[in-house]
Amino acid sequence: MSETMPIPLLISLDDYTPVLGEPEVTELRTLASRLQMRTVQMVNSTAMGGGVAEMLNRLVPILQELGLAIRWEVITGGNDFYEITKAFHNALHGGPYTMPPESFDTFLAYNEQNLLRLQMEAEFIVIHDPQPVALIRARRDHSGHWIWRCHIDLSHPNPTVWGFLEPWVNRYDGAIFSSAEFARHLPAPQYLFYPSIDPLSEKNRELEPELVRSTLERFGIDPQRTVLTQISRFDRLKDPLGVVRAFQIVKRYFDCQLVLAGGGASDDPEGEAVLAEVREAVGNDPDVHILNLPPWSATEINALQRGSTVIIQKSLREGFGLTVTEGLWKSKPVVASAVGGIPLQIIHKHTGLLAHSVEGTAYQIRFLLSNPAIAERLGQQGRAYVREHFLITSSAKRYLTLFLHLSGKQ
Amino acid sequence: MKKAEQPFQFKTVSYLMRIANEMATTLAQLKQGLETCSDTSIFNHTFQTLSHHPFLTQGFSNDFAQWVLAACNRPELAEHLASLDIRDYLSLAELRADLKRLVSEYCEQNPQQADQSAFEPFYFYEAIGVEVPLQMEAWTLQEFRDGLGKLSHAAFHFHFIASRLRLQLRTNDFSYWLESCLDLGTLARHVNRIDIYTNTLGSALQRIISLVEKELHS
Repeated sequence: MSETMPIPLLISLDDYTPVLGEPEVTELRTLASRLQMRTVQMVNSTAMGGGVAEMLNRLVPILQELGLAIRWEVITGGNDFYEITKAFHNALHGGPYTMPPESFDTFLAYNEQNLLRLQMEAEFIVIHDPQPVALIRARRDHSGHWIWRCHIDLSHPNPTVWGFLEPWVNRYDGAIFSSAEFARHLPAPQYLFYPSIDPLSEKNRELEPELVRSTLERFGIDPQRTVLTQISRFDRLKDPLGVVRAFQIVKRYFDCQLVLAGGGASDDPEGEAVLAEVREAVGNDPDVHILNLPPWSATEINALQRGSTVIIQKSLREGFGLTVTEGLWKSKPVVASAVGGIPLQIIHKHTGLLAHSVEGTAYQIRFLLSNPAIAERLGQQGRAYVREHFLITSSAKRYLTLFLHLSGKQ
Repeated sequence: MKKAEQPFQFKTVSYLMRIANEMATTLAQLKQGLETCSDTSIFNHTFQTLSHHPFLTQGFSNDFAQWVLAACNRPELAEHLASLDIRDYLSLAELRADLKRLVSEYCEQNPQQADQSAFEPFYFYEAIGVEVPLQMEAWTLQEFRDGLGKLSHAAFHFHFIASRLRLQLRTNDFSYWLESCLDLGTLARHVNRIDIYTNTLGSALQRIISLVEKELHS
């Protein structure tokens, strides 16, 4: 049963003025002034959990406050639907697809069931990710602009799953990807929308220094000493073992501590195995802090990032890498691998430092620790770059621009 | 204080980035891309570069130069590409021709490097602008100064940099209005001489505000 999400209105656009400056907020209002009461529907598959829901939870209220008549719809389905869509997700990232052929019919049946309850009548309809992609069936002639927003990397999709989805995607008026690298050749125009973070969210808002200090101390971390931090779930693709090896190199030259903080180890057998490997690699080094955090640890993650000297993201593969965005936003010097969406955020030697190996990561960290003035400049420029491109307000501006462009009202 | 015959209408622009489905992984492919990409791609990777990195003053005169340096490690060609000043061009066709010429000459002189793979691909994007008037206009120099203080990076870039293509007069919206509507030719020339490549957008705007305030107090 699909549902329309109530729109939270706790934070207002004015709250972003200290972050963005008055001219940027005025510009948002000016763009929106031409879209007053124009109807928009955002459709995705989950109301809570996951990056898309987190983003819509802020984006939708902002667009509503700006005067658009926006609704957020969440499709629903049984466990079998979500098993199929999870298999789709993994397959679109290049993995095998082992579900039976009937799974495609089941997928379409759930989309059809949702259509019976949803009224897809808005002027601008944005369908997020593959789960609701077949809602395009509801499209009638001249019935609005249908856009497919793909948040995942489609550069190497499983051909069976993409072969099934592609005809549906091809019926849209346009598609949005997070990077050209993640896109496919499609008949309709494709647009670049970067993912974004909310600077006022619990994970990113400013924190009192005392809270930062006490949080670090609560985890046994000495805030007076150098802290290197990687925030990510315990997943081999995040290369936590590589981070430990880089730390061990850096430690030969600098007194420092390492924080590896993330979740995913308690409900994921592979995560548990990775965590065990990391613990074995660390041995009894008291300067390494492995924190397996529950999902409701936004404040703690915020404090750990703010209390860090250098943020690391040594992924072997990455989506967009929003943990990098978070670190940059906190004016921290970031050393990260040149994979996925990270090079879109880290312009080497301008907004952070890129590395391609354990040794390279260690070297860049040493360079930053030896040159604090450069580290500070990179941190400041990183924050400025995020402010310009990767905040939720930038996403709102892109949607407003897209709607104006599509409607030809300029 | 003199009142202009025509007001300065402050506007802003917001750009959509369209994925152009063209990419280059070698200098030879960059040359090919420069021949076939759209004008909106040329605009995006040259005029818009300053807007994408408004806080930087080094290394980003255009995206092509930056890629040639960072991904191809060809500093000589990068310097040549970076030396192209968008203020010298009245059309994107002229700018495209010079970009093509520089890459072509380099590939001819260094054929062994033309097909070497870059560290990362260059993706062509197109910039699609949506212009919107701000609710601000200036009839006098004082109102003009007040308006300058309320401009976003995008609005400033629109009037001071992107306007050059629109006007086709080797000047910018501000200088054009100051000279043609307020007879302030000297101020207009000083504004037009501000170096957009060694200033950030913010510092360039501040320099204009300083020049205008100096004129107001003279």
